[in-house]
Amino acid sequence: MTATLDELQALADKVVAQAGAGEQIEAYVSRGGETEVRIYEGEVEHFVSAQSEGIGVRVIRDGRTGFAYAGTLDPGAVDEVLADARDNVAFGTVDEWAGLAEPDGVERTEQTLWNETLADFPTDRKIELAKELERLTLAADTRVRVDDSNYADAWGEAAVATTTGIRECRRQNGCYVTVSSLADDGDETQTGFGFSVGREPDEFDLARAAGEAAERATRLLGATKPPSRRLTVVLDPFVTAQFLGVISSTVDGESVVKGRSLFRDRLGEQVAAEIVTLVDDPTNALAYTATELDGEGLAARRNVLIDGGTLRQFVHSSYSARRAGTASTGNAIRGGYAGTPGVGCLALQLQPGTRSQAELIAGIDDGLLVQSVVGLHSGVNPVSGDFSTGASGMLIAGGEVGAPVRELTIASTLQRMLLDVVEVGGDVDWLPMRAAGVSLVIRDVMMSGA
Amino acid sequence: MIDHDVLERVLATAMRSGGEFAEIYAEDKRSTSAGLDDGRVEQVTSGRDRGAGIRVVAGETTGFAHTSDLTERGLRAAAEAAAAAASRGDGVTRTVSLTHQSHDRRNDIAQYPDDVAKVDKVDLLRRVDESARSAGASIVQVSAGYGDSRKRVLIANSDGLLVDDEIVRCLLRVSAVADGDTGMQTGYQSMGHTIGFEVFTDVNVEELARDAARQAITKLDARPAPSGTMPVVIKQGTGGILFHEACGHGLEADLVGKGASVYRGKRGELVASPLVTVVDDGTMAGEWGTLTVDDEGHQTQRNVLIEDGVLSDYMWDFLRARKEGRPPSGNGRRQSYMHLPMVRMTNTFVLAGDDDPDEIVRATDHGVYVAKLGGGQVNTASGDFVFGMVEAYLIENGEITEPLREGNLIGNGPQALRDVDRLGNDFAMGGPGTCGKDGQGVPVGTGQPTLRVKALTIGGTAA
Repeated sequence: MTATLDELQALADKVVAQAGAGEQIEAYVSRGGETEVRIYEGEVEHFVSAQSEGIGVRVIRDGRTGFAYAGTLDPGAVDEVLADARDNVAFGTVDEWAGLAEPDGVERTEQTLWNETLADFPTDRKIELAKELERLTLAADTRVRVDDSNYADAWGEAAVATTTGIRECRRQNGCYVTVSSLADDGDETQTGFGFSVGREPDEFDLARAAGEAAERATRLLGATKPPSRRLTVVLDPFVTAQFLGVISSTVDGESVVKGRSLFRDRLGEQVAAEIVTLVDDPTNALAYTATELDGEGLAARRNVLIDGGTLRQFVHSSYSARRAGTASTGNAIRGGYAGTPGVGCLALQLQPGTRSQAELIAGIDDGLLVQSVVGLHSGVNPVSGDFSTGASGMLIAGGEVGAPVRELTIASTLQRMLLDVVEVGGDVDWLPMRAAGVSLVIRDVMMSGA
Repeated sequence: MIDHDVLERVLATAMRSGGEFAEIYAEDKRSTSAGLDDGRVEQVTSGRDRGAGIRVVAGETTGFAHTSDLTERGLRAAAEAAAAAASRGDGVTRTVSLTHQSHDRRNDIAQYPDDVAKVDKVDLLRRVDESARSAGASIVQVSAGYGDSRKRVLIANSDGLLVDDEIVRCLLRVSAVADGDTGMQTGYQSMGHTIGFEVFTDVNVEELARDAARQAITKLDARPAPSGTMPVVIKQGTGGILFHEACGHGLEADLVGKGASVYRGKRGELVASPLVTVVDDGTMAGEWGTLTVDDEGHQTQRNVLIEDGVLSDYMWDFLRARKEGRPPSGNGRRQSYMHLPMVRMTNTFVLAGDDDPDEIVRATDHGVYVAKLGGGQVNTASGDFVFGMVEAYLIENGEITEPLREGNLIGNGPQALRDVDRLGNDFAMGGPGTCGKDGQGVPVGTGQPTLRVKALTIGGTAA
């Protein structure tokens, strides 16, 4: 443990030690920082250097919960947070399942999530990386402009302590580069993006990020609006990761116990095609969101949610597990010191197949390769299952990628889409998201256009 | 929050490495929120966010750092970090002399939410829960959220500007789930204003809850939305998001300046149907996007963006306006002291037209009537945008008929603006929105009369 982590843990311990009789207290203390460099036309447009710290305190008494936070570790503010949380207890409703997590004996899976090279990485090298990415993107195609090219890194450390005996801390850092591209042809402009992530900058593949940014923008030039019809779609890995993000809210234990999940009564039943195996595995260090601990300080662990198409389990925090009569799966998530833990998947992954995207496409007569989707937040309802999203991409005709199309939507329901999965590609891509990307073929989706 | 002479010294520190502009944005925000779900008040939360962001501009480069330490030592450290990133190395010592400006507040606050007992806030949630549940036997779940905040801000810059402001917000939202033979459906309503707790005596929160429940119940009988292109009529006060996405973002000067907007170089040109006048107005009393001064310290104002179809102006932040030698438009905003300001909308709306709203429906042979829109998203460079329809119906032979399941609509901004062919005389502002851009969310308002777009693509599953 480092000196500053010791300090955070000591602060959390100190708050918890103030618990009175019949009072449960949880203190979550965190500190973090980030750097962001944005390059535009070869110059630094902005350089952001940010540090923040704060504390969140949860108090439970007689089945009632109160919470307070402050974005500072100033001793006066910390005392005030505890007092506010205690005061807030009176206004909660008695909940027989209210309570904090308790140590469950599951060992932490040790991972190397802190990188000293990144921690000491000099500022001028960060700027140089973003400039290099801009140069490579511009060099990839003469029709391409760069909207912005960015380097970003972040570090965070957190300690949690509870009166129920949890006492854990963690520390991690990571970095990524992104580039937003524009491609012009006369009056028409299309956009693309590329990125690369790593535990340290050496892991970046700038050439690939630049190439993808240029290709994504240029291949949409000349796109038209296709006639509406049902067809087979191939989701690009980045789109699949977003799709899995939507699926994750249907397996979250809190939605299940509150009757809001469309799979709430379906445990043990077939909910997806047999080739679908969906795993949440934050112990896999390849995942960008890999972590040793969940938001309540329990060990993060590997959970198989859908196995060969059959729904095997939901993910739980200690609260949703208590209500469901089961044990926490180590899936409490918390956005930081300012919130209480919710429930969610930490690092989702579809079990990959073996074939490349090109091989998947070769077997499709009439289809759509979906390069990007927009409006997942507005057109998808995880409670009803309705799925409708704006999309752009390329038509697939006779097994080959053909004309670009845009201003269209694809629609189905989440229930149907899982059952209509035809194949999972072998092209796993670890993205800066809570789910890994992989090409995914789904049949019988409605494409709405002209 | 911070002494006058400390501000001056910190700004001088920020300018020491040769920057030509420096700014301190400090905030101290206290908030209360409460959530009810599954019939229980889950918890009341008290929050305190306090800190300062300092930016230094040298040439085209902006350096930015923030700190939660508002002592002179903490502020100076942040100023040095920001200055190091935006350095010209000429090291000329400059002094800054601040002049305090005071502006009349846009909003009168009768009852500060921090003076209201928490039990009264929690009581709102119970009333909402009860009303939604009593709306029908098929309502199986209700969740509701209450939030208020009181934020003091202080903005000082090297031009000598010193402004302080206070922003009060109150928000209530409710969502309901109905369960039937065809599965579950959801409904949602919210209200939010930049005034005090008195807002809840003016608004019928029970009705808000019943409406959320009614949406969910109505949709139990919904059929799949059609797919393909057809006329869309949007009810007053629910579709301002259409213009927010179809043209609002594209009229932000930062995106225009980078050539990432379909509206670049179009000032003075006809870009919309002559029926359409789009305004962004940060001065409207009590609205969700209203501010006395923007987050760079400049007074908000009423900006006409499109007048009778002609693009009249873009929206500006201070730095970009300064570069162009024009006054700022009061659109420089940021999520918090931890964020850099950029060009953002405030309350964006379309002015009313002359048509009778019922007549607009009667004049539509076959199409979709959207009674409530959800969120949206736009690609400003291509102009393609989407928005969700949360409550929608078929229009058949000039009549509103069956309810439709949820889905997205998709269109292209400039084309959709040209395709606005009917405009109602029944203007209304909509619910509170959060606009996301470059990772920052800011509160915005939208509004519009009932209107018709003659062709949008409906993203349903029915043929």
